Amino acid sequence: MPFSYSIAVVALPLLMFLVLGLLDDRLGRRTAGVIGTVAMLVTTVLAYGVALTYFFGTGQGQIVDGIRQTVTVWNPAWLTFTEDLVVRMGIALDPIAAMMLVVITTVSLMVHLYSLGYMSNHEGEPEKGYQRYYAFLGLFTFSMLGLVVATNIFQVFIFFEMVGVSSYLLIGFYYTSPAAVHASKKAFIVTRLADLFFLLGIMILSFYTRTFDFESLVGTGGVAASGALGSAHGGTFMGISIMAWALTFIFIGGAGKSAMYPLHIWLPDAMEGPTPVSALIHAATMVVAGVYLVAKLFPLYVLEQGAMDVIAVVGAFTAFYAAAIACTQSDIKRALAFSTISQIAFMMTSLAVSSSDGALIEIHGGYGLGYMASMFHLFTHAMFKALLFLCAGAIIHAVGSNENSAMHGLHKHMPITSIAFLIGCLAIAGIPPFAGFWSKDEILVACYAKGLGWGLWMTMVAGLTAFYMFRLYLLIFFWSDHKQHGHHAPADAHWTMTVPLIILAAISVVAGFVPAHDMVTCDGKPLHTQLDWTVAGSSVLVACLGIGLAWRLYYKENDAPERMKAAASGLWTAAYHRFYMDELYQFITHKVIFQCVSKPIAWFDRKVIDGTMNLMGTVTQYCAAMVRPLQSGKVQAYVLTYLIGALVLAAALIACVLI
Amino acid sequence: MELNVLMYLVPAIVMFGCGVYGFLTRKNMIAIMISLELMLNAVDINFVVFNRYLFPGQMEGMMFTLFAIAIAAAETALALAIIINVFRAVRNVDISEISKLKF
Repeated sequence: MPFSYSIAVVALPLLMFLVLGLLDDRLGRRTAGVIGTVAMLVTTVLAYGVALTYFFGTGQGQIVDGIRQTVTVWNPAWLTFTEDLVVRMGIALDPIAAMMLVVITTVSLMVHLYSLGYMSNHEGEPEKGYQRYYAFLGLFTFSMLGLVVATNIFQVFIFFEMVGVSSYLLIGFYYTSPAAVHASKKAFIVTRLADLFFLLGIMILSFYTRTFDFESLVGTGGVAASGALGSAHGGTFMGISIMAWALTFIFIGGAGKSAMYPLHIWLPDAMEGPTPVSALIHAATMVVAGVYLVAKLFPLYVLEQGAMDVIAVVGAFTAFYAAAIACTQSDIKRALAFSTISQIAFMMTSLAVSSSDGALIEIHGGYGLGYMASMFHLFTHAMFKALLFLCAGAIIHAVGSNENSAMHGLHKHMPITSIAFLIGCLAIAGIPPFAGFWSKDEILVACYAKGLGWGLWMTMVAGLTAFYMFRLYLLIFFWSDHKQHGHHAPADAHWTMTVPLIILAAISVVAGFVPAHDMVTCDGKPLHTQLDWTVAGSSVLVACLGIGLAWRLYYKENDAPERMKAAASGLWTAAYHRFYMDELYQFITHKVIFQCVSKPIAWFDRKVIDGTMNLMGTVTQYCAAMVRPLQSGKVQAYVLTYLIGALVLAAALIACVLI
Repeated sequence: MELNVLMYLVPAIVMFGCGVYGFLTRKNMIAIMISLELMLNAVDINFVVFNRYLFPGQMEGMMFTLFAIAIAAAETALALAIIINVFRAVRNVDISEISKLKF
């Protein structure tokens, strides 16, 4: 399939957004959903065609001398600021872009299909705003696709913002609910704040390198164009090289989207959106935008160990922090949200430890194992996390509540969902042969290569992951018999909702066997990896320990969890309240920023700036009031004035001429 | 007796002065309009006279006068219409009573 089809892959969701968004109510609800889903199916088929051609085809310049090349499909100039500074807008395919095309379209298609059933009431009638919902899904898919095929960093920034906007629109879909409105604002503001740093980073980077294009920034095959960077390496600011500043700023932008500590606070709240949206945006695609960004600039990050260390520390801490919180949450979507944060942090850490795995070059014969593992985990995680979220959606749809106390013992009522959820849990816990095992194992190998401490820490987090996922699973599907709350007994959902579950579950089983090490490597060459049995064995052992502990505590109703909670009540309460990060933000924003900064500024604005303007207005008004009586409405008075004026002028003229 | 230019200009200026005086002092709008016509006619005479005595071979002044007369006719019709409407609205044609057209 020619690569030019990738233009259609990006354009089709945009077209859907325009069609569904503009026609809105003129289109029937059901029709809008079906049109959106069919268009997404076509997009997915095209994206698969393009990606498979990229990875396995030949003859379009995708592989030269055994190295995968970046293929620029389309790259017109968009904004020409100066001759040097041209912003382009285009489509380029490289291994991670091709992989992301597959990830985004797959998850998006599943979500489109699933939403046909999910966004309906219990009688199967589509909800109000159905067309709007599908239009926004199209917009989101378009933004994300545009982001991953970007040819330059400015295009990434623009689509970053668009992803933020569509996320805002979808989180706030139920705009009558104050919680949803609040959550959408929070998500937008937090990511926007992070994007400010991203923009700063872009400015610094492009100022010193004189380019936005990835092609000249990082070059084909991941070799940094060191010539372009030479000037930037010279300069320092506050003892740290300018390049490190730029890259750290760009990372902060990515951290905002990827919900790294301390910019993670928006993600749990974003669960106010419809659950399929959570699956699409807050599990599988949008949140990996930050990881994708760092991966895209990986050859630059490799040159700046300082920036990499920042990412590694932030990632490793976030992974543990989010996992610890996930152990205590009772809202199943929130627990999954924290699990997402933790897993994204895994990917970030993996990218960051990748640069220094020199020892691995001998073992595995290549560099950038962490990079490959990160991208692989991104791929597998997208699949099983989308699966978990869609299962959660099915459960919430059936039970009508997010709290796991309203669930319990659903296994008998919803066997398909239960098995799909179990597969997702096994995959995320890293039990072979499920998808998560293969990618997480490679991440751990990369971490051990960085240092024993890193490896042990991440293995511990992996164990924690297994524990909280099975805690969630067992509390939902076992623990005690289900106490029915609604009129209907919970049951497996409509086929439009179960089919995506089955498909994603199947993918989660087999995705680990995708030969990612041949396909997505940072230098374009295949990476020779082999299973490191010590690492694999220990991680599986830790995961099994986590599962065993969860099984022991949560399989059957007992008081052990309560007793544990009581024994460590301080810690439990802190974790339940997310270690008071939201309260800290509240304090900083409301008490410190609003009181000490915003209020004086507001005073200055109202009194000084507005005052000056008001003064000018008042003076003008006063003067106007003085001259206003001249307009008396008496026509003859005007004529007299005119006449006198004309005579005076004439007299003056004559006087001038005579003298 | 040979007519000279002054013999035309003096009556014209008297006519114009009368017009101005009438315009400023009369209270009846119809009378004001008549004064206005007086001024216009004075100006027309000036045009014709200057054309006749200063540029005898040319026709512009004459043409202009004809033009002005035509315009004046239209303007009179318009002014009368306005006056009639004002009268209908306020039952009055006294200009000093009509001073609402202001700020």
